[in-house]
Amino acid sequence: MSVQAAPPLEERQKPPRRRKRSAALYEVVLPLIATACLFLLWEGAVRAFNIPGYLLPAPTDIWKDTMAIGPTVAGHTMATFKTVMLGFVASILISLPLAVVLTASPTIAAAVYPFLVWTQSIPKVALAPILVVLLGTNELPRIVITVLVAFFPLVISIATGLLSVPPELIELSRACRASKMSELLRIRLPYAIPFIFAGLKVAISLAVVGAVVAEFVNADAGLGFLIQTSTAFFKVPVAFGALIILSVMGVVLFQIVVAAERVFFPWSSSNTTPGT
Amino acid sequence: MISLNRVTRVFNSRDGDQVTALQDVSLEIGRNEFITLVGPSGCGKSTLLRIVAGLILPTAGRASIGGEEITEPRAETGIVFQAPTLLPWASVLDNVLFPLRMMHRIDSGSTDKAMALLKLVGLNGFESKSPRELSGGMQQRVAICRALVHDPDILLMDEPFGALDALTREEMTMELLRIWGERPKTVLFVTHSITEAVVLADRVVVMSPRPGRIAEIIEIGLPRPRSFESEATPEFHQASQHIRQLIFGTRHVGSGRAAA
Repeated sequence: MSVQAAPPLEERQKPPRRRKRSAALYEVVLPLIATACLFLLWEGAVRAFNIPGYLLPAPTDIWKDTMAIGPTVAGHTMATFKTVMLGFVASILISLPLAVVLTASPTIAAAVYPFLVWTQSIPKVALAPILVVLLGTNELPRIVITVLVAFFPLVISIATGLLSVPPELIELSRACRASKMSELLRIRLPYAIPFIFAGLKVAISLAVVGAVVAEFVNADAGLGFLIQTSTAFFKVPVAFGALIILSVMGVVLFQIVVAAERVFFPWSSSNTTPGT
Repeated sequence: MISLNRVTRVFNSRDGDQVTALQDVSLEIGRNEFITLVGPSGCGKSTLLRIVAGLILPTAGRASIGGEEITEPRAETGIVFQAPTLLPWASVLDNVLFPLRMMHRIDSGSTDKAMALLKLVGLNGFESKSPRELSGGMQQRVAICRALVHDPDILLMDEPFGALDALTREEMTMELLRIWGERPKTVLFVTHSITEAVVLADRVVVMSPRPGRIAEIIEIGLPRPRSFESEATPEFHQASQHIRQLIFGTRHVGSGRAAA
């Protein structure tokens, strides 16, 4: 009996590990296979139907043409990356205090909120050329546009997080006669962490969009600029190459935010299993 | 120790109406007395508790602790809420130490004190766990430790076991009596459960709603230590029947639903 009883126990211990392995399979391997299949299909379709390169270049042509000007493309990528990161960091630096102020004072919230909504209702593409006139043809208007595109969801989610604290904890803080500052630092901000990261994930994706919009209007470098110039000269494969680099950049930056949450705030992300 | 003298509290509701949550409530609570507040929703039990906590000030009347008027939260009170509301990012130990940290009263002896409390509630060995690894009852035990860590004379409990299942609830009630036996405090305990109110209390304060006021104060003479087995005694039955009548009147016999 005892011999027979042993195997089920072992089996019972196995499933989590197997589930973890299959989770890795589903999260990493399957998307990679799907992407590879898509590229193969693309390559095959372009060759089979003899689609001209200026309409839809084959993946191999995109690779070849982009690699041919590799160092130039790398320079453009770095320029865009710089705009994205500066815009993203500036968005955080603006959103955090703004959300704190908005949630702390209903008066300020009532006064400022319409302006926030107003900045969102302006089409950023329309605003970009005007900003160039105002701020000059340098990095600054590009960062401003990136911030304008990216900061709003961040402000909203941080503010929501700061207000999500259970009222009992605020009462507890008052009962301890804690200052508003320690209430903010020890209760409200940590409580807002999951919301802040939700906002950061949206903001990092939007920052890439904002940077490209800015580069379309005003830039002598960057992947947005590269797409514009290369399409103007019918170098469609290079434009596609820039597009792919942009999307990879977006995905990688997004995943870095996800990883940062898992590493620094393991209690916040829902993906971690308790007890690890 | 706690003295409430004709305490009235009026709230302004959102649509501009004035709601009297408490009217002319007078109550004297002695040192280390266990008082339970029982009554239907809206009878001002929680408001009363918060007035003693100094979180809400009375509109009229006087509330005092040891002769001193309560005008702000005081260090001699500890609070337990219905939800444990532990900090999800902090360990059990850090959750217990949290009030001391907020009060800037943390010192070298604080950890020992917190560990002793965790041992008192049967959670030794759990100090480095995260709150979400704990069951609801265990979380509420941590919340009780958190309320006791600054060694308050008065423990205020706002339906602390209201969110727990019936079995855990009985277990926690007994646990609380044991803790109270080991560390005597003045306890003000809000509950919806008549049985819980009777089994815990020296005196049960029965409240009635709209406006919230004291209907009657009932002395419970049951011998201590108590348990839920006391429920079988005629005295227990008499007290809870009396409370039930005060809350529901005689209406609940025929048309309880209509009365509620």
